[in-house]
Amino acid sequence: MKHLLGIENLNRDQILHILETAVSFEEINQRQIKKVPTLKGISVINFFAEPSTRTRMSFEVAEKRLSADTYNIAVSGSAITKGETLADTALNLQAMSPDCLVIRHAVSGTPHMLAQIMDCSVVNAGDGFHEHPTQALLDAYTIQKKKKRLDGLKIALLGDISHSRVARSNIHLLTKTGSQVVLAGPATMMPRDVEKLGVTVTNDPKEAVKDADVVMMLRIQEERESGLMYPDRREYAKFFCLDDKLLAHARPDAIVMHPGPANRGVEIEDHIMDGDRSVILEQVANGVAVRMAVLYLLLGGSNS
Amino acid sequence: MKRKGLKVTKVVMNAEEMEKTLNRMVHEIIERVGAKPHVAIVGIRTRGVHIAERILDKIERAEKVKVASGTIDIALYRDDFFKGLASPEVGPSNLNFDVDGANIVLVDDVLYTGRTVRAAIDALMDYGRPASIMYAALVDRGHRELPIQPDFIGKTVQTTRDEAVAVLLKEVDDEDKVVVGER
Repeated sequence: MKHLLGIENLNRDQILHILETAVSFEEINQRQIKKVPTLKGISVINFFAEPSTRTRMSFEVAEKRLSADTYNIAVSGSAITKGETLADTALNLQAMSPDCLVIRHAVSGTPHMLAQIMDCSVVNAGDGFHEHPTQALLDAYTIQKKKKRLDGLKIALLGDISHSRVARSNIHLLTKTGSQVVLAGPATMMPRDVEKLGVTVTNDPKEAVKDADVVMMLRIQEERESGLMYPDRREYAKFFCLDDKLLAHARPDAIVMHPGPANRGVEIEDHIMDGDRSVILEQVANGVAVRMAVLYLLLGGSNS
Repeated sequence: MKRKGLKVTKVVMNAEEMEKTLNRMVHEIIERVGAKPHVAIVGIRTRGVHIAERILDKIERAEKVKVASGTIDIALYRDDFFKGLASPEVGPSNLNFDVDGANIVLVDDVLYTGRTVRAAIDALMDYGRPASIMYAALVDRGHRELPIQPDFIGKTVQTTRDEAVAVLLKEVDDEDKVVVGER
């Protein structure tokens, strides 16, 4: 595997291999000296053309803990503001012979395009509405750690499905590993024919959450929405915010997840986000180990 | 994990000999480290771990003391990482003792080029500053590429570089045996 562009083109064994490899990296994050020499001399460029706290930091922490040399570019401060095209930018970066490019971009398919024109490995750190593979991997890692399995679970995904690359990557991953995925959200935020991906769709959040092992909330992505999706935040919260009443329909041992950043009180109540069943910060911690595993497997030579 | 594709040319150690060899190594280790504080036996994954467990068990039974132990994975410390091979399978290291000030006996199955021990020493150093590190291997097959000298050796076996040495262990291979073969 040279690139990680999405979960859609991975098979179950590849997914499980990445998750298994991540276990070894989790141990490094608990050491006093959190660094191994594995990727010494490897250059990784982090190109985030959209705002990001978690994913950008997580990748950089993962890279540095593997001893890679890291370089960060943002759109502001780059020649893109002078009108250079993304493809030209990429070719110029390529000329400096990096080994890996981690790319986040608002346009779906950008990582795939860059993978075609660049020689280095490309890792998709989120492309438009399309995929966010490392997020799905860290979510799966967290679920597996908590539930000891990834098959036979009922997983509810609630909220803005249509704008969510996290949802898409998670749907691909969790259906491949044999879990049942149920989606619920406003009809305006539900992609047409999404059932073809092997999921169940409902408009009723209670039905989705009923007996779920995992309740995964998604952020309303106001920066991507056209503004006609729901009347206002309060109206949205009335029907789709995860509160005690809604969570009571899930299994008593259900865990609550959110990829962040969260709109407190809109998608999820404060006390649930900070409560015992929330694994939101564990997702962030696991993200470092999972990204270390991905970089290790992609950059460690010619593996299949 | 069985050693596949190996055409065995000779058996250099059978089960009984392995038992005697390990007993002798245990006596040597006790003699050398018996008086030292904070002793720990650390196996190098994967086969070194099983040999380390046997050595640990024998020391604890002979001396009637509890000895610290652990396992170390060297995949992330290898020097051949970018030589076009697939990323080696990496497993978790597990050192449940304080490495600072410990007298550590590293255990592996076969000593060959010395590169594995070098990597294991580097890995240990990332956990702290041991008082000393010693090295025990069941078989020394020669052909060192680094200035590495073992402290405890089960058996020295003359080999050519074309040959392969395989240590088979009950825990993973259903039998105890050391064989030399052609790859």
